Formats: sequence, C-alpha cells, structure tokens
Amino acid sequence: MKLGMTLSAALVASVSWASMASAQTELSMWYHGAGNEVEANILNKIVEDFNASQSDWTVVVESFPQESYNDSVVAAALAGNLPDIIDVDGPVMPNWAWAGYMQPLKIDEAAIEGFLPGPLGYWNGELYSVGLWDAAVAMVTRQSTLDALGLRTPTLEQPWTGEEFQAALDVAKDSGDFEYALDLGMAWTGEWYPYAFSPFLQSFGGDIVDRSTYTTAEGALNGPEALAFGEWWQSMFVDGYAPGTSQDPADRDTGFVDGKYAFSWNGNWAALNALEAHDDTLFLPAPDFGNGPKIGAASWQFGVSSASENPDGASAFIQFALQDQYLADFSNGIGLIPPTAESAAMTENYGEDGAMAVFFDLTQAQALVRPVTPGYVVSAKVFEKALADIANGADVADTLDAAVDEINADIDRNGGYGH
Amino acid sequence: MASRLTTSNRAGWGFALPGFGLIMMFIVIPFFFAFYLSLTNQRLISPNPTEFVGLSNYDRLLSISVLTIEPEVDDTGAVVRDDDGAPQYPRVRSFTRNNPDYPEYAGMREWFRWHSGDTAKVVVATDVVFWKSLRNTLMFVLIVAPVQAGLALVLALLVNQKLRGINIYRAIYFMPVVVSIVVVSLLFRFIYDGNDGLLNNILGFLSFGWFEGRDWLGNQDTALGAIKAMSIWQAVGFHMVIWLSGLQTISPTLYEASSIEGASKWQTFRYVTWPGLRNTAVLVIIVITMQAFALFAQIDVMTNGGPLDSTTTLVFQAVERGYGKQDISGASAISVVLFLIVLSISLIQRYITRAR
Repeated sequence: MKLGMTLSAALVASVSWASMASAQTELSMWYHGAGNEVEANILNKIVEDFNASQSDWTVVVESFPQESYNDSVVAAALAGNLPDIIDVDGPVMPNWAWAGYMQPLKIDEAAIEGFLPGPLGYWNGELYSVGLWDAAVAMVTRQSTLDALGLRTPTLEQPWTGEEFQAALDVAKDSGDFEYALDLGMAWTGEWYPYAFSPFLQSFGGDIVDRSTYTTAEGALNGPEALAFGEWWQSMFVDGYAPGTSQDPADRDTGFVDGKYAFSWNGNWAALNALEAHDDTLFLPAPDFGNGPKIGAASWQFGVSSASENPDGASAFIQFALQDQYLADFSNGIGLIPPTAESAAMTENYGEDGAMAVFFDLTQAQALVRPVTPGYVVSAKVFEKALADIANGADVADTLDAAVDEINADIDRNGGYGH
Repeated sequence: MASRLTTSNRAGWGFALPGFGLIMMFIVIPFFFAFYLSLTNQRLISPNPTEFVGLSNYDRLLSISVLTIEPEVDDTGAVVRDDDGAPQYPRVRSFTRNNPDYPEYAGMREWFRWHSGDTAKVVVATDVVFWKSLRNTLMFVLIVAPVQAGLALVLALLVNQKLRGINIYRAIYFMPVVVSIVVVSLLFRFIYDGNDGLLNNILGFLSFGWFEGRDWLGNQDTALGAIKAMSIWQAVGFHMVIWLSGLQTISPTLYEASSIEGASKWQTFRYVTWPGLRNTAVLVIIVITMQAFALFAQIDVMTNGGPLDSTTTLVFQAVERGYGKQDISGASAISVVLFLIVLSISLIQRYITRAR
C-alpha cells in the first residue's frame, strides 16, 4: 500500500516534471568553478530554485576548471558554440564584450541598487555583467606584532602613509623576529600581480594605462610617479624586505600563519585561515603613497553571450540570482564579500562586528577597478612581466619604458580597442 | 621519371594516403597557414577585420642595430668618471625615446653592450625578448644535443653487456622517459628549490655544510643550466634505447674477428662499433636537435621564462604571445623563423653526415 503510494507519487512527479521540461526552453550556462563542491552546491541551488520558480526556462550548468575556463570560452566563441550564460572575470569582460562575445544585460536597475561598484561590469556605458560577490585585499598582520614593534594601528580614516609604512617595514626587518618583513605573494603568478600590485602604482599616482583616453600608457606607466613606484617596488626585494619571484608557494600559503612574515598582502579568501590560527589577526587598509590608499576590485561575474537566442531568459536568471539570500550564501560558503549592505548583514562574517566586516568597508572605501578596456588582458600580462623583472633587479626606467611600448603597440594594432 | 610511382601502383598510393593525408592536414597546411598569418595582423579574438601588413611583423621581430655612445664630458671636455674611474654614459633611453635626432633607434631597447676604449657600443633591438629567447634556445641546443647524445651512447654501451639483471638497469635508465615532462618539471622545481630543496641539501651534506644553498631557478646564472641538466636527464633514456638498437644490429662476427686480431677495447669501439652506428648517430643527433629547439614544457612549468628572460625560449614566446597576449600574427612570425632555423640546421647536419 505504502509502496504503491510512493510509486504513484513518483510517477506523478516524473510526469509533471517531464511535461514541465518540455514547455521550458533550455538555457545553457558555463561556470569556472569545477572541482569546488561548496561553490557548485550553492550555484546548483540557485539554478534549481530558478527552474522551479517559473515555467519558461530551465538553466543547465556546465562547469570548467578555472585555469582552462577562459581558453574554453574563446575556443567556443571562435567555433560559434557559446552557451547562453557565461561567467567572466571582471577585468576580462570588456575584452569579450568588445570582441562581440557578450550582449548587454536586460535587468532592472532596482536589482542592482546598493551594489558595491566592483561587481558591476560596465562597458561603453552599458551593463554587461554582474557579480554575486567581490574580493578585496588587505595588509594582514597581528595586534601583537604591532604592539611588539611599537606601531600605530592604521584605520580607514587614517591609513599609514608611505613613510609610516616604510618605517614599519624597517622596524619589522630590524627586529630580526621575521624571515621577511613583508609577504607580497610573489609566488602567485598571473592575475594576482595586476590585481594586487597595480593599486600600489595607482596610490603613487601612476596607472597601467592612461584612463582618460585608454589609448596610451605613456606617462601613466613610465611617468615620474610610476618611476617612484618602480624604485620603491625594487627596494622591497633588493633591500630584503620581501621574498621575490622565487618565493615558495607553500610559504605564501602558510608563512604568515607560521610567523615568518610580519605583514602579508593577502585577499579576503585567506582571511578565515589567518583568523583561525591567530585571534589577534588584523586586516589593515592599504598604505597611502600619496594619491590615496587603493585596493583592487571586481571578481567573477555573470553575463549573457551574444550567441544566446534567449537573452530575456538569460537576464531573468541573472536577475533571479541577485537575491540577497544567494549573495549571502556565496559569502558564507566560500568567504567572498557580499556586494550589498543588506546581504552583508545576513552573512556570518561580514555583518556588523563580523570577523571580516572590515573587508566590506575596505572595498567600499578604497576599491578601484582595473582599467576598463579590452586591452586589459594584454596590458595585464605586460605589467606582470615588468613587475617580475623589476623585482629581479632590472633597470626600473628601461623596464617601464619597454612595458609602455608594448602596451602602446598592442593598442595601435587593435585600432585603439574601440575607445 | 619515377614510373614505378605513377603507373599501376594504386595499392601503394592507397597505403600511403592515410599518412600523407595526416601529414598534409596537421603539418604542411598549418605551416602555410602560419606563414600566411605572419603577414597579417590577425588577433586571437577581435572584431576588427584581418588586414595584410606585409613584413612588419618580421620587421618588429628582427630589427637590430648597434648604437655608439660617447661618454659624457664636462665643461672642460674631460670624460666624466665615477669613483671607480669608469666613464659615465648617457642613458640609452635618451636616444631611443622621443629623440628626433635618432629616428632609426626609436622604440629600441638595449640587449647588451661592449666597450672599445671609452666608447660604448650598445646592441639595441626592437624585440629584445625575442633575441634573448633565440640566444637561450641556441645555447640549450648547443649543450643538450652533444651531451645528451654522448651520455646516451655511454649508457647504451654499459647496458649492452651480457650481465645478469641488465634489464633492470635498462628499465631504470628508461624510466624518466615514461613519466610526463610536466610531472618531471614539477618535481625538479622542488628539487631546485632555493630554501631547502633536495639539491641544496645533498650538496650541503656532501660538502659538510660548506656549500650554501642557492636558488637554482631564481638566479639568472643558474636557471637555464638547471633546466638543461634536468632535460638531459629526462630524455637520455630514450636515446639510449635508440643507440642500443643500433648496437644490436652490429654483427657479433665483427667483434669476434677484432678480438682474434687482438684489438684493444678502444680500437674495437673506434673501428667496429662506431662505423656500425653511423646511421643511428645521424638519427639521434637530428632528433635531439629538433626536440631541443621545441623546448617549452619545462619553461612553462618551472620558470615562465624568468628571471629576467634568462630562460625564455622561442616556442615559449610563440605560445605566450599567441594565446597569452592574443597576438596570433606575432606568434606565427616566431614559428616561421623557428621553422627556417630548424630546417637549415637539419640540412647542414644532413650535409655533414652524408654518406661519402
């Protein structure tokens, strides 16, 4: 009897599911987070909720490993096989939008009200992508370290100046308690360099390209401010403040917790580990080298591909995913910064007095997105190499000149990238 | 001519067709495609139409010249010198950047310099990284090809003896070949690690602590050498097997005859073994040379071309530019240059080792 009930219920359920499926149009979606179970579970929950919430669309997710995700999208675009919904790293979005892989989103202004600026991907005045989270970087240290070295605790209102920061590094180095005063994370090659280090350059007053025109890097990346940044950057390694490009990746992951470094320039994703190891871990704002303290912004975001025949459905899904509950889920699940104050209040770590709330404030106060231009993908590579070379002792002015030439040549060969 | 190839030989052509077809599709056509792309401004992704740009990719890649710089002089006309007495020179960038008096050097960078008297001769190039990768690739081939071939021959002679358990040694020497080069490269990154890598520990132990650890891959002077050593070790077993097969084709009667004649071991090698290995030697040398020119995986995994371009190679640059920097045309130009270099070296090798 009971078995019969269950069976018939299952039958009804499967029949109704099947009839629903036939009425719904399928939307394909690609995601970069293959291999991360927590992330996949949250995304699958959103997809299930969305599929159940209306009868027009079903979203089907396909996940890729992050390392090969961008290549997969480019290959699919060249072959004409793009899915409806793609996710895209914030600074890469203008490149794909310019190349014609993406179309503007059709979502309500109300859905993105109160968002931090980082997760909103604008290109040519139109919204192409929205992120369900942001990421931020802070100068990680411990209260006990500051006390032992006799240093003032910098605040958002009063961050360290460049001189104060230098003095802090000097006492940390001279104390002899640490292998290195500062851990910049040189072991993390790739996008970490422009994401984490270009804010230093911007705080000096330079930039990767001239943002007023986006057609040249001359003056921005090799002007007097950039040269000052380069000299400072080189001194970090030549004078032994920070481990260089051959830093052991294991040291990057555990060196600060193990007490090898006094300060560590690291992201919110590593914050929980540091807090678990030491209760008195502090997340300090970036130092101000003269042009205001700066940190990077923009992480992975959702957008609609130009190949999609159902942009309305794709946009509807993205808008659906922007509910505070889901934003909070991602934050709780993998420690990311929720993009609205409301969702932040719903999270474990970013609510008022939350252990990582400071990252939300940091993002609000200091975040500056990486240059919004299709040429960013190339200039980021050039910038990374220039920084690695300077850290390894290359002449600062010559290296920055070469980087400027390479970026400018690339902009020329691309007809100005549509600016 | 070649009537046997063209008449009543359908079966022969039929058997050759799959091979020819694959070679055409994956080697010949892509090469012509690369040559065509190197004359355009093709990007990996771009909404802009592809345009013919003639030889400008090659121009940018290959432009190189020598800039003569006189030392700075003070008001009296005397050469300005620093505390060590070395003359002071104006910076190269003062000639190559925004200087209308030297348009021919615009946008160039210093590769290296030498001095004749107080005058500095600076070699400047538009694409210094390309020249450095060309030099690194040639240095790699120059060391790896003879050392790897020689070492493989020595190993082959050792394991060609009739001893009990000799197959175990053959297997051991061959083992690194079976392991993926990416895995080997990752392992050697740990072995070469500057903090407490295996190599530093062993050298420290053997020298009773006298040897201080060094950062093998993080140092310009040792990075390429470390990669050379590791590459030789990894592939030596493969070429050992080829030598071995060559050794086993030499008729034992020749060895019997030479021992009856009372030949010494060296004479046996010089007059029996080596002439018998002639064709094998040609094969091994050409294969190693071509493999060495294609050096990529080790660089990609271990150093990314750094530090300061000391390990960057032509193939690494082609991939980095084509995919990383989306510059398909520039990468194609490098591939064409590499093809021409390998082709001419192979032809020279063929000429030198031709049957006389």
